[in-house]
Amino acid sequence: MVLTKTIDDVKFNAEGFMVDPKEWSPEIAAAIAEREGIQLTERHWAVINFARSEYDKNGEAPTLRSITKNSGVDTREMYALFPTGPAKLAAKLAGLGKPTGCI
Amino acid sequence: MNKLLILGGGTAGTMVANKLAKKLDADQWQITIVDKDEVHYYQPGFIYVPFGVYRPEDTHRTKRRVVSKRADMVFSGIEVIEPQANRVRLDNGQTLPYDILVIATGCEIRPDQIQGMLDGGWKKNVFDFYTLEGASALNKFLETWEGGRLVLNVAEMPIKCPVAPLEFVFLADWYFTRRGMRNKVDITYATPLPGAFTKPRASAALADMLKTKGIHTEAEFNIGQVDSGKQAIRSWDGREIPYDLLITIPTNMGVKAIESSGMGDDLNYIPTDKHTLQSRTYENVWVLGDATNLPTSKAGSVAHFEHDVVVENILRQIKGIPPKPAFDGHANCFIETGFNKGVMIDFNYEVEPLAGTYPVPYFGPFGLLKETPMNHLGKLSFRWIYWNILMPGRHLPVSNQMSMKGKQKLVPSLA
Repeated sequence: MVLTKTIDDVKFNAEGFMVDPKEWSPEIAAAIAEREGIQLTERHWAVINFARSEYDKNGEAPTLRSITKNSGVDTREMYALFPTGPAKLAAKLAGLGKPTGCI
Repeated sequence: MNKLLILGGGTAGTMVANKLAKKLDADQWQITIVDKDEVHYYQPGFIYVPFGVYRPEDTHRTKRRVVSKRADMVFSGIEVIEPQANRVRLDNGQTLPYDILVIATGCEIRPDQIQGMLDGGWKKNVFDFYTLEGASALNKFLETWEGGRLVLNVAEMPIKCPVAPLEFVFLADWYFTRRGMRNKVDITYATPLPGAFTKPRASAALADMLKTKGIHTEAEFNIGQVDSGKQAIRSWDGREIPYDLLITIPTNMGVKAIESSGMGDDLNYIPTDKHTLQSRTYENVWVLGDATNLPTSKAGSVAHFEHDVVVENILRQIKGIPPKPAFDGHANCFIETGFNKGVMIDFNYEVEPLAGTYPVPYFGPFGLLKETPMNHLGKLSFRWIYWNILMPGRHLPVSNQMSMKGKQKLVPSLA
């Protein structure tokens, strides 16, 4: 029997980012979205999947610039999809740490 | 003859060249620096130009005067770096082969990256101060300005010298007070950061200072557009701030040659090993200064702490020894706060700025994370240190690695 983790089994840091990106699943993303008051659409998933694939490549959450340059979702749409800080919220839903670039 | 090629003859490239000039055997190694500009700018001086503290001519010297005669200089733009072929093509048609390459091409402001920034108001009532040209134009503007809404906006992180925007608003408060017109000027600091600075403790201490000086902070402001007709900036989340004078720190990016060489990230910064400063892709390429993608400040102090590591690791590479992971992200900065005072901060990858003293524990003479006249004098005397000690590669009695000695773990005002 395969046990699937739910949002209750996952650890979050003080800012609400998942501690271990490996624990992520689409179901957990949906649960986080509900908590953040976001109704997930195909466009949200395009961004979340892009963020996951960037993480697999670089080990880091993508910055807003990288998302808007490479995922086909522009900045205006990013703010419509993830109103309260798009790169941060996208990283949160993708189960990743806070995007760097703020030094 | 082996060839060591340095791209960029600014703060970082000059320090590496001058130190290697003393260490590499002249019979075996030819050192060449490439730069498009014959002028070496003392960039920490730019902040004083708008307020008339420094004249534009106080902030530069010719590069040839600053770089060791042992190094050849080529003044040309870079067309493309071809790291697989170990050569660099220049705009002047020359192709320079190398055995070891140092990239110190820095970063530049890109006002073109923000919608509307270069429309009507640019250099009329919209200015940057990260170029000598911008800082000088702003100085002329301020001399006859009668007051109104001054808005300083940081477009996007990371930027060169993340404390400079704060220094600007502090000095503006002082400048307008001294001219007897502070009550005619509204100062707003609009930043994409959640607070005054990038590190939480320094941010809290600096936020207090902004408040005391009557400077309004608009946090998490991500600029989407400059509307120069309406004289307002708009954020992506729909906030609007009207201005009479807009001071912008536009998006900072690595130079275009890095992009055309396919060596950079989305902002043309080069993926660099955090501790050895070796390129993550090419063994014989070393990167330092503002050109790297490292998660530390883009600042001259960082370039200084980095250059010793790069020099040592190049010497090790020549001897066939693995590089030393000696860089810890160490940065320190003087922050001018106006009225002949300043704050100093000292931090690295892991440890954020703390209160205490620098460089000598418990003595100083500089006070960390608090306003003192000595910190201001430190910043002013730094220009002499820059030209006479740092650039020639003389020893400065401070450690490259950050030290916890003499630092308090808690900031008194927050404890």
